[in-house]
Amino acid sequence: MSNWIEVGAVEDIPKLGARVVETDKGDVAVFRAADDTVFALRDKCPHKEGPLSQGIVHGHVVTCPLHNWNIELDTGNAKAPDEGCAGRYEVKVEGGKIFLSV
Amino acid sequence: MKEKLVLIGNGMAGMRTIEELLKLDDELYDITVFGAEPYGNYNRILLSPVLAGEKTIDDIMLNDEQWYVDNNVALHKGKTIVKIDRKAQKVIADDGTEEDYDRLLLATGSNPFIIPVPGHDLPGVISFRDIYDVDQMLDASSKHKHAVVIGGGLLGLEAANGLMLQGMSVTVVHLGDVLMERQMDEVAGKMLKDSLEARGLNFLMGASTESITGEDRVKGVRFKDGSEIAADLVVMAVGIRPNVELAEKVGLHCERGVVVNDTMQTFDPKIYSVGECVQHRGETYGLVAPLFEQAKVCANHLAKMGIGRYEGSVTSTKLKVTGIDLFSAGDFNGDETTEDLVMKDVSRGVYKKVVLKDNKIHGAVMYGDTIDGAWYFQMLRDGTDVSEIREQLMFGQAHLGDSGHGGHNAAAAMTDDMEICGCNGVCKGDVVKAITTKGLFTLDDVRSHTKASASCGSCTGLVEQVIASTLGGDYETATNVKPMCKCTEHTHDAVREAIKAQHLTSQPAVRETLGWKTPDGCASCRPALNYYLLATWPKEAKDDPQSRFINERVHANIQKDGTYSVVPRMWGGVTTPDELRAIADAAEKYDAKMVKVTGGQRIDLFGIKKDDLPKIWGDLNDAGMVSGHAYGKSLRTVKTCVGSEWCRFGTQDSTGLGIKTEEMTWGSWTPHKFKIAVSGCPRNCAEATIKDFGVVCVDSGYELHVGGNGGIKVRATDLLCRVATEEEALEYCGAFMQIYREEAHYLERTAPWIERVGLNYVKEKVVEDEANRKALHARFLESQEIFKVDPWKERASEGVEAYEYTPIKKIN
Repeated sequence: MSNWIEVGAVEDIPKLGARVVETDKGDVAVFRAADDTVFALRDKCPHKEGPLSQGIVHGHVVTCPLHNWNIELDTGNAKAPDEGCAGRYEVKVEGGKIFLSV
Repeated sequence: MKEKLVLIGNGMAGMRTIEELLKLDDELYDITVFGAEPYGNYNRILLSPVLAGEKTIDDIMLNDEQWYVDNNVALHKGKTIVKIDRKAQKVIADDGTEEDYDRLLLATGSNPFIIPVPGHDLPGVISFRDIYDVDQMLDASSKHKHAVVIGGGLLGLEAANGLMLQGMSVTVVHLGDVLMERQMDEVAGKMLKDSLEARGLNFLMGASTESITGEDRVKGVRFKDGSEIAADLVVMAVGIRPNVELAEKVGLHCERGVVVNDTMQTFDPKIYSVGECVQHRGETYGLVAPLFEQAKVCANHLAKMGIGRYEGSVTSTKLKVTGIDLFSAGDFNGDETTEDLVMKDVSRGVYKKVVLKDNKIHGAVMYGDTIDGAWYFQMLRDGTDVSEIREQLMFGQAHLGDSGHGGHNAAAAMTDDMEICGCNGVCKGDVVKAITTKGLFTLDDVRSHTKASASCGSCTGLVEQVIASTLGGDYETATNVKPMCKCTEHTHDAVREAIKAQHLTSQPAVRETLGWKTPDGCASCRPALNYYLLATWPKEAKDDPQSRFINERVHANIQKDGTYSVVPRMWGGVTTPDELRAIADAAEKYDAKMVKVTGGQRIDLFGIKKDDLPKIWGDLNDAGMVSGHAYGKSLRTVKTCVGSEWCRFGTQDSTGLGIKTEEMTWGSWTPHKFKIAVSGCPRNCAEATIKDFGVVCVDSGYELHVGGNGGIKVRATDLLCRVATEEEALEYCGAFMQIYREEAHYLERTAPWIERVGLNYVKEKVVEDEANRKALHARFLESQEIFKVDPWKERASEGVEAYEYTPIKKIN
């Protein structure tokens, strides 16, 4: 059963940027793509745990700031030929508000 | 409905085009491939190692049958297209299979040339072209003794070597007097012959074949002088001819090959052609690197991007016979307008000849020691002026002073377990394995699969050497027309030029005008474009924080644990007790985990949490300090020694000049980080001769040095000029920074930039042309009106980009 928590407005995140939601299970990175699609991933790169929220967002991909791994925002999977997955979280937008299920 | 693309010829050039096309757009076409051979696509250039028993057929498969399934490409193997109905736009195979097309790609390759002497059609007379031929040779070698290879060219020698390794007694028959005369001069050809003879090959030079004897199978070869030798197997390797049979039959314009324009289009606009069957600007090609360049261009046009022209290739050759190193490129025979540099040491088995024309490399041939082949070839393609390195040229890149080229020599001699890429811990064996098992050809491929040279890039040369030695001459060398990134076909220079010439002031405008393939670029091109726009139009372009690498976005350096480090500016490396007290207080208040003195004469506070950044900056601002830009592709520090104010040797006030220089240049964005130093005398305690811009004070004034680097590859500066006054030193400094800002590629330090454009060019623009120097300096100061602001202050007290430093929400 999903437990949706409102975390803020889409407008609070810059386009092609990210913000962090702090939780007791660790940070969650919430991304906003150019087309205003919102994604949520665990804020740790599968490679060396770099904070994905600090990376450069392009298309539906974020590039990790530490070693340039490319992580797909919709699945959390590293793009080939790298291998690995950052956990993803359910996220939805209603009336301009972002809801996260953690 | 999707359009239909049909490929005739399931070989390397055609399939490379399909792969390039799928990378650009995998939705555009339904793709059907016809291949006459009963296999997937294999690496034809590695047939020699298969024959020599060093590789198996499986090793050299590039696209196995599963690949076609996975990529939704229909493969008709073992079917030869016999007719193209150009009016109805369909192809017809020998078994009656028909397929419609909207676009047709013709890649029928080449046929071996068979000398039409009597007996050429006897069983046991074969060519060396495909897996079938190799099977025939391997079969013959297990049953028979005597092999004759007709043709002492590249292919013939590889075949002969393979057959010898399979246990046959092999004689190479060659019409000319020099082996591989298209790739070797007389000296190298003789050394090659001696070496192959020592291995056990026999040679008949100047021998003209009259007939091949035998009744139901080949028995021998008879020559025009009446002599005859025994043969159970005859391999004809005298050359290839573009296979234009089908194209001619359907009325496509052909000369020696199928004639194409620079977009690889034939005279029928629906039909494209690539590979060995093609004739482009009068040339035909039989090596793989040019074919891949053609494939790239052709794919781009098939994908309807309409960018890119094939302008012909300069090729180089290597012989894939294990243990024999030879290399040639360009016109190595020369003529009366050229001069030769020759080094010959027969007993060591080394011969090198470099042909120069107008101080540029025109051709090269090497035997025995070919490590510098790739280097010569690069300079040949780039048209590099070698007059300054002429004395060392023959001794190779490793002898070019202490600038760190030494690694190049190591590549061939390295064992598999030796580390090549120190950043990512990649050994030579990993690279070789990735190249051979995954069918990689380019530096980019190797980078993305192994990460070798993907970080700091200092081992790029070494990785290229490994690729070259693994693939032989079929390595696709890096060209100087490299696109900026995978989002575009344009080079850095072309993009910079367009931004300036077409007055583009925003990234969307650049991407739209230049036909970017991605809507919002990637992590590689966005920071570059952002920089180019700011550097070209400082007053019009708007900085885009989302196109900044994290360090520049939050004005601090990210560390491996996600915390940040903070470096306040210390002008010329000078500080005060008050500043030090404020730094100490801030370090305690914000719980800095380490306080460290940096190499640039300032203090670094480590382990600062992101949310505390604006607060610590506020405290430092209150004590009069500003951002040190230790995180930026920007002016970092101006390092100084104490100079004439204190030092008994000092000739000028180096500290004072350093502070003035830092006050002029701080806050400026540059293509890569930019470091300055000012030393008070030639003892050079501030190490000015490994900085991007270094001043060494002398009694009569100031020596200005440029293009130094103390990092990955140590490079001492070049002396730009001497000036008499501080004002001049400052003007030259601003002008030099500005020309670097305006012309270098993003992420290119001054050292490689100067090596690329040449010191003379910089001198012309900055030293000799006074008006230009003053204009550059003025543009620098104009840009500084915008950028000489403290980003810390804006964020600490003016609330700029506050969202960067706080979580959007805290749950529990």
